Amino acid sequence: MNDTKTQISENTKMAELILSNPNLMLTLSRFGIELGFGDSLVKDVCKKADVNTAFFLLICNLYTDQNFIPSTDDINSVNINTLLSYLSQSHKYYVEERIPHIENHLNRIVEACPKKFGVTIERFFKEYKQEVINHFSYEEDTVFPYINALGDKSLKKSFSIDEFKCNHSNIEDKLNDLMNILIKYLPAEIFPKERIEISLDIVDLSSDLKCHTLVEERVLVPFVELLEKQCHENM
Amino acid sequence: MKTCKIIIAEPSPIIAAGIEAFLESTNRLQVVSMVDNFDSLHERMIVHKPDIIIINPLMIGFASNSIKQFMQNYQSTMAIALVTTYFDRGILKHFKEVIELGENKQKIINKIFGLLDNNDESSSQSENFDLSNRETDVLVCVAKGMTNKDISDMLNISVHTVITHRKNIVKKTGIKSVSGLTVYALLNNLVEESEIYE
Repeated sequence: MNDTKTQISENTKMAELILSNPNLMLTLSRFGIELGFGDSLVKDVCKKADVNTAFFLLICNLYTDQNFIPSTDDINSVNINTLLSYLSQSHKYYVEERIPHIENHLNRIVEACPKKFGVTIERFFKEYKQEVINHFSYEEDTVFPYINALGDKSLKKSFSIDEFKCNHSNIEDKLNDLMNILIKYLPAEIFPKERIEISLDIVDLSSDLKCHTLVEERVLVPFVELLEKQCHENM
Repeated sequence: MKTCKIIIAEPSPIIAAGIEAFLESTNRLQVVSMVDNFDSLHERMIVHKPDIIIINPLMIGFASNSIKQFMQNYQSTMAIALVTTYFDRGILKHFKEVIELGENKQKIINKIFGLLDNNDESSSQSENFDLSNRETDVLVCVAKGMTNKDISDMLNISVHTVITHRKNIVKKTGIKSVSGLTVYALLNNLVEESEIYE
């Protein structure tokens, strides 16, 4: 057992876990866990929200320790539906909540900018949003159905998780570009307060997306590779 | 054009007065102080904050280290060596310019003006953006959506050089994506909207 696991266990108090790792707060809604858990333990809160405790801990570990590599046992114990529904919920959360939230803030800045600047910043963000939507729809429409088919052994079309690994584009870079523009290059007088707020939001989104990518690379990919291997052996 | 403040630090009164007379004949250069010993130099440097000091290296000494130290102490001042005797190149290389006793008035003034013009150019560039002229050319092309091959043909440089410029642009601006660089180019008025979106 590694250190992180001894730190975060099913017998940790949920409130303690969240207070010492506030970035986990953003994942709660994706699990359908609501705040107000008093002194309840992680396992009890998970049970009440009908969440697989082991999977919840796996996500917590990835969010709190960037170097965390799940063991084969961890991967083996993952339930396909839990994993895919978590990822879908995350996608929904980014596209329906975080990105529109940042977009709203940004629109106010755009309106305050000289028209020429405003138009290009607006266009930049629209392009980014579309890129994120495309990135997620590829996963939802191509990758997830494939995994489901692998799961119920009804695989027909040929696809492989290797393809996903190669196509997995980086959706954090542009957020970083936007930060640079907001902090370094936009004239100082344009909405300074708003810009600080939106920059903090972008930092949050960016670090959440990084963790999301980790979940896909360190849980989803090895999980599917395992499934693929099993499928192969059965053929 | 703002006048340039100069301190002359030279032990010989005749030489110092001669240089002063040369400089005063232009209206751009103003001698704010004459110093003949190293001890009072520091105080003068602090009081006047000159743009240029014309100094005989003898006043600092022959050690390369003490010259280096001197430059570090007064980084906002450009130092010109006034050479009255033989000095090693290793010492003179620390100065922005070297004036020799045999030189005529015009040559000396041209050297100082050249130094000032260079400095203006580099400081105004770093105020707007740190990109070199060539990097700016490349950035403009990138913002217009040109490929590396297009850029190399247009600017007459190799694709390899284009890539090097692009790497430096990313490093200096902190912006990786083409669309982000386009925003950057527009914010800095390097391109017009009509040139990038058709």
